This record gives sequence, structure tokens and C-alpha cells, in this order.
Amino acid sequence: MVSFTLNDKRVSVDAAPGTPLLWVVRDHIGLTGTKYGCGAGLCGACTVHLDGKAVRACQTQLSDVADKKVVTIEGLSPNSSHPVQKAWVALEVPQCGYCQSGQIMKAAELLASNPKPTRAQIVAHMDGNICRCGTYHRIIAAVEQASREG
Amino acid sequence: MTTTQTLHAPELSRRGLLAGMGGMTFCLALGTNGVSLVSEAQANTLANAQVTPWVRIAADGTVTILTAGAEMGQGSMTGLPLIVAEELDCDWSKVKIEWCPADPAVYGYKDPFSPAQLMWIVGSRATQLYFNDLRKAGAQVRKVLLANAAHKWGVDASTLKTEPSVVINPANGARLTYGEIAAFGTVPSPLPEVDPKELKARKDFRLIGKSVPRRDTPSKVNGTALYAIDVRLPGMVYASAMHSPVHDAGAKVWEGIDPTAQAAPPESWNDAQVKAMPGVIGIVKLPTGLAVVAQHYEQAKAGRDALKVKWAKAKADGFNSEKALESYVKIHDDPSAQVTSLEKKGDVAAAFANAAKTYKTAFRSDYGYHAQMEPLNAVVRITGDKAEVWEGSQAPDESRKAVAKALGLKEEQVDFHQCYMGGGFGRRSIGDYAAECALIAKGINRPVKLIWTREEDLAQGMFRPQSFQCLEAATDASGTVTGWKHCVVGEGQFLLITGIKIPYYGVPNQQIEMRGVSHGIRLKHWRAVGHVFNTFAIESMVDQMAADAGMDPIEFRFQKMAIIPKARKCFETVAQMCDWKTPRPAGRALGVSITERSGSLGAGAVEISIDRTSGKIKVHKVWVAVDGGVIVQPGPAKANVESAIIYGLSSVLHERVSMKDGVVEQSNFHDYNVMRMSDLPEEMNVQFVDVDTRPTGLGEIGNPFIAGAISNAFFRLTGKRLRHLPFTPERVLETLKA
Repeated sequence: MVSFTLNDKRVSVDAAPGTPLLWVVRDHIGLTGTKYGCGAGLCGACTVHLDGKAVRACQTQLSDVADKKVVTIEGLSPNSSHPVQKAWVALEVPQCGYCQSGQIMKAAELLASNPKPTRAQIVAHMDGNICRCGTYHRIIAAVEQASREG
Repeated sequence: MTTTQTLHAPELSRRGLLAGMGGMTFCLALGTNGVSLVSEAQANTLANAQVTPWVRIAADGTVTILTAGAEMGQGSMTGLPLIVAEELDCDWSKVKIEWCPADPAVYGYKDPFSPAQLMWIVGSRATQLYFNDLRKAGAQVRKVLLANAAHKWGVDASTLKTEPSVVINPANGARLTYGEIAAFGTVPSPLPEVDPKELKARKDFRLIGKSVPRRDTPSKVNGTALYAIDVRLPGMVYASAMHSPVHDAGAKVWEGIDPTAQAAPPESWNDAQVKAMPGVIGIVKLPTGLAVVAQHYEQAKAGRDALKVKWAKAKADGFNSEKALESYVKIHDDPSAQVTSLEKKGDVAAAFANAAKTYKTAFRSDYGYHAQMEPLNAVVRITGDKAEVWEGSQAPDESRKAVAKALGLKEEQVDFHQCYMGGGFGRRSIGDYAAECALIAKGINRPVKLIWTREEDLAQGMFRPQSFQCLEAATDASGTVTGWKHCVVGEGQFLLITGIKIPYYGVPNQQIEMRGVSHGIRLKHWRAVGHVFNTFAIESMVDQMAADAGMDPIEFRFQKMAIIPKARKCFETVAQMCDWKTPRPAGRALGVSITERSGSLGAGAVEISIDRTSGKIKVHKVWVAVDGGVIVQPGPAKANVESAIIYGLSSVLHERVSMKDGVVEQSNFHDYNVMRMSDLPEEMNVQFVDVDTRPTGLGEIGNPFIAGAISNAFFRLTGKRLRHLPFTPERVLETLKA
């Protein structure tokens, strides 16, 4: 049994310590906003925050998060009110939407540490997150908007 | 390309009351002449017709419109109901959208290529093929509302007008909302006819062509959008499948894709060892592979990864994609090879015999993978003699059929629950994985969620075919193109030949043909599929002739190729957009290409530079002018074109599937490279030509021009021509050295 804080709630999970955090949150706990894309840390669809830092949930083991704080897309804001989420809606960033939880979590991490990033900093920060619908230019614009209005 | 517009004399009934829902329900039925609104009674008299609620108006004013627009990011889930709402003239904020059932006889459009009714959201079809029928359906419901108001007020319905969700009598200012009418309204019989002339003029549109937000957006920023991979059922277990790493598709591309057909099955495996692993409930033998079922997904995947399987012989055993591609050259040169003629116009032999100049050139293209972000998955529950499927599908009708077949059920025993798709691009329109999930659910006797690993999704991909192309052209003494020959060689039949014809150029003598081969590789529609390599070859050839004639390539098309006015307009527009005649900075060049797909036409240009050390092509700017008819949803339309541009850039510069010893060499995003943010062009400019014609497809039109435009820009910069897709750095360096 491993305990950690998930979206401000204490949870305990009875799974093998090596279980990827991705499947812990999706299937053992039932928060399915965090997505499986590659299972190999290559696409960023499963990005969550671990003690405020964006990590790949598919490459993070349950044992890695013991007594730590995990935030998933469901916990980013209570009602889609995070500046990044608001900008994502305003600019209609998502197409298929599947990668966007990961994109949003990655972008939120950037603005938390660097509230006024340059375009180059945005690109460098977001480059590990694949969007197959090609919404990259809108992601950049939305991060810039969130930065202005956040 | 459209379904017929002749409607039956339709009727309406009090079906809303019969159904116990209150308000008014309009039924949609399909007769031999297309879709129409009819009464239940009448519908039952129509041969083979079925009836189901399509538009529901509740007394509180809520208008529920069902959508057939399977949603993979293109926006047609919102766009199709919006077309109904436009002619119904209802308040969009009161519209509720629901998925329609997977029932093509009722909710399908008429296939442009057969008498069948289909729900396939493929080939950029949704808006263009549903547009006319949905406008009529909306207009008919509006007429009924007007008739009810007129009856209540004792006035002639033709004196009334509507504003969103309100009927108004301009004579005295009286108003009745749609909800109020629904509370007392009856549905007259027969239903009023709608003449196409009575449909709204474009200037009167309140929704079509306006900025109406997509309905799926809010759920896609907070994790609540439901993809099939997110479905959770009581007692559900998880499965991970493994298939023969060697493909075994039949002579026809679909054969061997049917998961109930025996194709390269497993012969023996370490059954006891895997079954003893933690959480593993069982192993289901499938006709095409094995599925490990476990309490949790990570356990099923661990079991799958531990499988050691001996596979039966497969058709593509020993297949080497590079060698196969080279063999196409011989097939092209072989006079006895079987030829399928695709176009024969004029006297090609004479055009070449009498030519002032002739050209001959060849191109190649590798296999491409869809790489949709959500790996293939489905959920199936079997209860008694019924089955339920949850899947994100471009063709729910096909999936339902496939699941019914796999389980030996009738289609009506299968309920299909549509989900959002985490990308489709043509891969999610066949239901092979849903049928596989059904077999697993039956085998393990539990509700099952099947998730293919990314590695399986790629190894068992259904690819855009590889191809070899040979083109020949003849010009007369004036430099006019008089003769055209194009031969494509490869596997995939109709997948290989999309976009190979050139109806936009008036070349009088043409011979276009295919020479087919059969390797057993799984192939499938892929965002514009054959257009990718066919348009590349065609437009590279045109550019070569223009360069040889010392002419501007756009002028060459205008003066020497009898380009049609619609295409000319697109080239003129894109030339203006990109300031075509203005010289670029040193080290940069423009290239241009036509683009065509699903009734839409366009012209695109790119500005590139080349890193001659690394061989990397950088695309700085992209412009495209598209004639897509009336644009229903301008925001999503633009986003679709931008998306296809990125998909095109990604495939043209990076993506490549290769096979050795029958096995796909790539396995995940580390070796199947897709475009990332750092490769994004600095600018993408999309413009729609302003026309009044019926909407045409926009999901793919942003893709076919990319290869030709880049290759033509490359020629301008280097004097050398790229001839093999994708234009990887290695190939660029080779080309520069040559």
C-alpha cells in the first residue's frame, strides 16, 4: 500500500510499487484525464505534476510518489479556471484533444516558474509534448495569452 | 458527390406524444431517394426504411439534435447539427447535441461510389455529404413550427417569420417560442415540402460561416472528454494483444484484416508461464494473435510483453520494403505486367511522336503510419444475446458490423456507443480492434477493455502504401503540354491511386495507369493517402517542365497547361498571399504546388532553407488558398487545414515505416519521428476563396501540396530535385552530392 496526495486528497493504493503512476491514476483511482500515448516517455500525453514539477506518469513508479503531491489535469483547477485552461478554450487549441491534458500540465509548469516566457522558451519547454493534430502554433499563442492574462 | 435531393412527400406524426417524451419529435427516414422526415406510419410503409428521433424540441425550448459527425478533432460533431439548426432557425444556445446510433440506413449518407448508406467519416466527407440533407431537414421542421403558429393565430403561415427559436407575426408583433409551440403543436400530414429555393440565402445565415465555438472544447481542457480508453464498466478487466509481427493481409487490402479470419495465427506460446504472472486472468487465442487478460492494465501488458510466441507462416515473411520498392521499377518496365487503366484521353502516342520535347522522370515514396495519439482500443460487454461496444470510430456502422460478425450476432444485437477519438486520420474506420475486443470479452466472459500498446499499434499499423511513380510529358512547338503519362506501381489498389488524375489541367492526351503488386502488407486510408505521393510526382513534373522552359512555374501552369479557372483563382490568390514575385532572402526559396482532395481545390506555397551540413530542410512559412465551397465553420475549417499542413510537413520531412525480414523496423516515437513544436513554421497562412458553391471536404486539403511545394522550393535553391519521400536529412545530403 502506497499513500500520496492526489489533487489535494490523501489516497492509498494497493498495487505493485513498480506500477506506472499513469495506470495508478487512470485505472486504480479512476481519473482518466491523464492519457496513455507511448508508454515510453516519448510523447508527453501523460504529463502530471509531482511536487509541482511536470513528470511523465508512464515513467514514474507508484513507489516514486509515496508521500508526495501529485496533481493531474482534474486537479489543476476546480472549474477549468486556470489561466492556461481559459486560454486553451479562448483560442480553441484542442482538436482531437487527446494530448491536451499533457500539454496543459506542461504549460502550467512553465508559467508557474517563468510567468513571462519568450516564444523560444515556450518552444524549448513544450518540445517533448507531441500533438499529432498539429496545434503547436495555437499552444504557443495560448501560453502567451495565459502569460499576459494569468 | 451529393446525395439526391428528391424527397418523398413527407409526413409528420404526433410521434413525440407516442414516444411519451412531450414536445415534438421529427423522424428521419431514408427512402430510395435519400433522407427525409416522415411520420412513423409512413416510414413503416417505405421499403426498408427505419425511423428514429432526429430532432427533438422540448417544451422548455431545448432542441436536441443528433449528430453523425464522429469527432476526431475536425469539428463535425458540432458542424452537422449546426447545419440543421441554421435552417431550423433555432437559438444555438438552446441546442443540445447527442451522438446518433450506429444505424447507417437511418443516419448514413449515400456513398458517392456505391448505392450503400454509410456513416464513414472519412475522406473529408462529413460536411459535404450531409450538408444538403441536413439543411432540408432543418427547413422542414421550421415549416412545421410556422404552420402550428399560423394555425393558432388564424393567419397565413407565409406571413410569419422566425428569429432564433421564435415565430413572429410581423403584423402585430405576436411571438411564440419554439418551446411554446412544442407544448401544443401537432405535426401536420403531409409534412410541408421544401423547395431548395426556400432555403436560406447565404446572407441570411446566422450560424453557417460564423464563429460558433465547438461543443467539445470545454471537455478537452479539463480531462472530462470521454475517449473509449477512458470507459470504465463494473467488473471490467483489461487486455493487451499481440499479433504476428509479420503482416498477412490478403490480395485485397481488407482481407486478413478481419480479426475473425485466420491470418498468421499463433502456433505455440509460453502459456503456463504467462498465466502464472500477477493479476493475469487468462490468455485468449485470437485468429490473428493472442490477448493477455488481467485485473489491471499494467498486468495485462506485462503478460503480453512476456509472451514468447511461435507464429504460423505469414504472407509477408521475409518482406523487405526497400527491395520491394526497387522491384517496382522492373514492374514498371515489364511490358507483360498487368496494367489497370485509370484515364485514357486523346491520342497519347501521337502526342509523344509529334512532340517538340518530351520528359520522363520517376519518384518514390515510403510507407507512412497514422500515429494517432490515442493507441487503438475498445471496450466490449456481452450480456445474454446482446453486446455493447464503446469505441471512438470514424465508421461506427463498420465497427458494429465487425463486432456482430465476430460474435455471430445480428447487427441489431450490438449497441455501439460512440466516443471521442484521440486522432483518426483514416485508421479508425474499420473496427478490427473492436471486433478483437469482442472476441476477448467472449473468450474471458467478462467486460473487457482492450488497449493496444503503442508498439503494437505501429507493428500492426495499416499504412499509407509505398509507391514508385513514372511520369512522362510531351510539349509541342509552342511549349504547350500536349501529352501526359503517369504510372504508379505498388500495393493498395484504390489507396494507391487517389489524386493521380489531373482534372485541373487541360492536357488533351493522357494515359494514367496503375500496376499492382501484392505483398500482404496491411494498408489503409491515411489523411489524403495517395494524394501525398501522386500530387508530389505530378507537381514536381510540372515544375521541371516550367524550369526547363525558363518560365515562372505559376505562369507555366496558366499558359501551357490549360488550367481550369477554379485552380487558376487559387494560384492567383496564393501568389498574392505569399508575394510570389518578391525575391526571398539569401538561402531561402519559394515552391508552389496545387492541392486537391474531396472536391476541394487549392494552391499552396512554402518558403524553405536548407542546412547543407545536416541535410535538414527548414520550412519557414506556408501559405495556402483553398476553394472549399461555402465554409460552414470558419474556425474549425482553418484549424483543419493548418492541422493537415503540419501532418503533411511531418510526413514529408520525417516519417517513414520500413520493413525488414517481414517486420516493421520502427516501434515507437523514438524511431518513428513525428513533427514537434521546434519544427513548426514561423507562419501558416490559410485563406478560403469566397464562393457560393456547396461545401467540399477540408479535412485533408492542407496536406497534398506540401511535398511538391517543398521539393520545388528545394530545386529553386539547389538546382536539384528531391525524388523520394520522405525528404530525410540523409536523402537531402545524397541529393545535394549527386
